[in-house]
Order: sequence, then structure tokens, then C-alpha cells
Amino acid sequence: MSVATERVRRFRLFRGETERGREERRLGWMLCAPAVIAMLAVTAYPIGYAIVLSFQDLDLRFPEEGGFAGLSNYGAVLSSELWWQDLFNTAFVTVITVAVELVIGMAIALVMYRAIFGRGAVRVGVLVPYGIVTVVAAFAWQFAFLPDVGFVNKLPLIADDKAWFGDRFSAFAVIIMAEVWKTTPFIALLLLAGLTTIDDGLYEAARVDGANAVQRFFRITLPLMKPAILVALLFRTLDAFRVFDTIFIMTRGAQDTESVSILGFNQLISRLNLGLGSAVSVLIFFSVLIIAFIFIRGFGVRMAEGRPGR
Amino acid sequence: MQRGTREYAIWSIGILLILTFSLFPVLWIVSLSLKDPATITEGTNFGNTFIPQDITFDNYDALFQGGIDNSPFIKPLINSILIGLISTVIAIVLAAFAAYAIARLDFPGKSLILAGALALAIFPAISTVGPLFDMWRALGLYDTYPGLIIPYLAFALPLAIYVLVAFFREIPWDLEQAAQVDGATPFQAFRKVIVPLAAPGVFTAAILVFIFAWNEFLFAISLTSSDASRTVPAALAFFTGESQFTEPTGNIAAAGVIVTVPIIIFVLIFQRRIVAGLTSGAVKG
Repeated sequence: MSVATERVRRFRLFRGETERGREERRLGWMLCAPAVIAMLAVTAYPIGYAIVLSFQDLDLRFPEEGGFAGLSNYGAVLSSELWWQDLFNTAFVTVITVAVELVIGMAIALVMYRAIFGRGAVRVGVLVPYGIVTVVAAFAWQFAFLPDVGFVNKLPLIADDKAWFGDRFSAFAVIIMAEVWKTTPFIALLLLAGLTTIDDGLYEAARVDGANAVQRFFRITLPLMKPAILVALLFRTLDAFRVFDTIFIMTRGAQDTESVSILGFNQLISRLNLGLGSAVSVLIFFSVLIIAFIFIRGFGVRMAEGRPGR
Repeated sequence: MQRGTREYAIWSIGILLILTFSLFPVLWIVSLSLKDPATITEGTNFGNTFIPQDITFDNYDALFQGGIDNSPFIKPLINSILIGLISTVIAIVLAAFAAYAIARLDFPGKSLILAGALALAIFPAISTVGPLFDMWRALGLYDTYPGLIIPYLAFALPLAIYVLVAFFREIPWDLEQAAQVDGATPFQAFRKVIVPLAAPGVFTAAILVFIFAWNEFLFAISLTSSDASRTVPAALAFFTGESQFTEPTGNIAAAGVIVTVPIIIFVLIFQRRIVAGLTSGAVKG
């Protein structure tokens, strides 16, 4: 055994590893390429295209007109009362929905986690709303509140002829109930996953020290679950901000209940005004970016701990 | 002893509340679907409104009358099933490749891909509706199956990739190495060793993707214009009564039950897997 053969061995090892590394890199990219291309093709490219369209005067009902419009579409949207009203509506529905379902979701998660029995039954209860088509759920809630076919007005203390969808905030109440019902399961499951990471020994120690259930919840559960709660909040906030299906089915935006997604849809698809509609789309995109930025910078949410889903 | 009974009672009430909260709207829509359209508005109190007084299947019959060409429901149902299945298969194949690479291989850019997928999960779909509408009309994809399948599979990919990466990371990789020592190429090791082990995770991801596509509404009304490709959620929004004077309430309820009940049964059968999938790798303490 000479120094030379040892060098050759080392060299071969070194070269072998880089070759394998190169092969691994190439395989990794090859395997990821189709998914990455598909994702970029329906997001990055269209959002770029939307930005281009938003600078055009493009109304498909008057195809002969048109051309570069500069920032005039943005000016038209941002100076319209409708955009600000719809942005308020969307923020209003989002904040109330997410706040209510965070409380209910936490309660469900605690019941599921601490359940002495019936864990399966609760899981059934949680998964049923998840399995239902949002449009069907929206119809179910709408029908329940209609004065003629619904049962809500037949309950005691509620006027028989109350027109829930005839007034802005009673319509919002029904919209929010349907949204909360449909999406609470997801937040409950995320919170349950967070709960299971807490060390049981902490509760035992607190119990020995004489802390009651309420103290244990506020001093142990909540602080330790903060990262899980923030991630769940971020994802649910951005999901709720896209609210479309429920409002479209229940009011189509009547009684000033329009959300920004409905506004975008109306401009793009109903009125075929691709220029104005794209300006709305781009503004919604930046609103979402701003919300995500606030969560990540302001609350220190670590995105990497989150995961997609709804 | 005293404490045990009290806790038992509290949990019973909690579980009862949760079940009522989640099942009420489902029972309500089943009830509506079984009501006679002529008397659907005649309830006088909560009991006889919530519980159908005389049960009829007319609402269901009406959905299937007139065959595929005239029924407002049969073609959208077929569209929903086919578009859902095709989107699921393609999304799962693409996601499985990517997830395998991310979970198993070391290459630059993989954390970027995961971050990008996560960013896509919060991407507002409405922002792509206009451009896709314009592009699909130019490419002849407007109101076709591919016109919906492409956005569905792309928007489902982040979810599928995350679920699959989480499952793939649990797989005992020694087996794959053993196969490679025995002379299998990385791809053979993937196909012959990992695929069978990964099947449960793949199945879970597939259920979640299918439910996403089955549920989707915004693209379904924006990128279609007829029953050629309209899925059930979109078709429901355009349901009309049998005459100008009848509301399609009962028919919508019946259609809602048909598209909902199979999914609920499916979800309940595979509940453990779905919970695992929805929370896989969700939060690390």
C-alpha cells in the first residue's frame, strides 16, 4: 500500500461522489420540472399577463376600441366607491369569520384532544362540513333562512317574515355562518395537530402547583400553541379573503354584500372588461401579498411551518 | 367518582353540540330534497318545516328526466366526475415525482420549490381568471375539459406535494438503498420499492385533490359557458325551475344531496387517512 494508491482511491471516491451528486441533481430537477411548470403556467404567467392587461383599455364588448391605457384602469378602480366598499366587505367577512372559527375550532380541538370517549364521533362531525361542496352548503344555509321555505323564521323569537337577504348586515350574518360552518373543520384539525405537540408533563406539573383548567389553558396551551395558531390564522385569513362561492350563491353581491372576488368576476366575466377586471385582479393579488407580509413580518409567522390546504 | 360523572356529562354535551353543528345543514338539505315542490313553502312551525311531512322522490326524478341531452343534471354530473378524476390522476403523478425528489434527493432549489408551492396555496384564484379566460379563448380551451383540468391540477399540486412529501419522509429508505446495492437504478428503486410503500399516502393525497376539484366553483363558472364542460357546482348556480313560477329549491337540494352524500360516505370511511393528510407535517412544535 503506497501513498499513491491511497490517493487514487480517494480520487475515485471523490469523483464517484460528484458524479452521483450530479446525477442526483439532474434527477431531482427532472422529477420536479413537470409540477413546477404546471404551477407556474397557471399562476406566474397569468399574473404577469393580468398586469399587462390591466394597462390596456380592453373591453371585449367593444373590441375595436382599446390600446394602451397607462394607469387609468387603476385610477378608475381606486377612485370608485365600489372597490373600497367591496374591500371593506371582504375584510369584514374575513375578520369575523376567522375570529369566530378560531374560537369554535379551538373548542372542537380541545374536545377532540381531551375526549374520554366519542373521539370518532367528533371526527365525523368535523369532517362532514369539509366533505360538502361549498356551493351546496351555501344553498342549504340560504334555504334555511328564506322566509318561505326556511325553518329559521319559524323558530321562536324570530319574526316570521324577516327577510335576511334584504338587508346588508343580516345577509352578512348568514354568509358568515355558512363560511364558519364550512371551514371550521380545517382550523380545528390544524389546532389539534398543534395541541398534540404539547408535553403532557407540563399540565401535570401545573396541576400539582394548583393551576386550574382555565389557568392551564391560558398559561400553557395558548402560549405553546402560538406558532400553530398563527399559521392557521394566516392560511385561513388568506383563504377567507378570497370569499366567492357563498356570496355568489346567496346574494350575488346584492344589498352591498359584494366581495372583491365577486367584483373581479363581474368585471372580467359578466362585463367582459378585461382591462378594468385585470386591474381589480392585480389589486387583489397585492392585497393578499400585503396580508401575508403583515403576518410574516408583524407576527413572525414562519411560513415554512405551514402547509397548503383548505 | 363525582368528578368522573361530571366530566362525562360535559364531554357528552360537547360532542352533541359538535355533531348538531356539523350535521344540521346536511339533514336540512336532505329534508328539502324529499319535500313535494307544491307544498315546500307550507311549513308552519320548526318541526313541520324541518321534517318533511309527506316524502316524495319527485325532485330526484326531475333531475334525470329527459336523458343526457335535456336533463339539467346528468351532463354536469358526468363532467364533474371525469374532470375530477383526470385532474386527480395527473396532479398525483406530477406531485409524486416532485415529492419523491424533495423527500429523497439532494439538489439545489428544492426548498425554493416547497416555498413556491406554499405561496401558490395562498394565491388568489380570481387573479388568474381573466388571463386564463382570454388565453383559453385564444387557444380553444374555453368551455372544454382541459380548460378546467389544467387550473385544477395546478392549484391542487401544492396540497398534493406537501401531503406526499410528509408521507414519503416516513418511508424506510434503507429498503431503497438495499435495492440500489442489489443493482437497481434510482428510478427502479423508486418504482419497485417506494411506490408500493407510498401507496397509502398517494391514496390520501388523491382523495384530497379529488375533493378540491369536485368542490371548485370560481373557475367552473368563469371558464365554461355550457353543459359541454360545466361541472355540478356551476350548473347548480344556473338551475331554473320547471316553469317560470316555480323555484328550483327542491331540485337544487336533490342535486346537492347526490353530489354530497357519496363524498361524505367516502370521507367517513377514510376519516383517519384524511385527518392525517390534512394535518401531515402541519405544525412542528
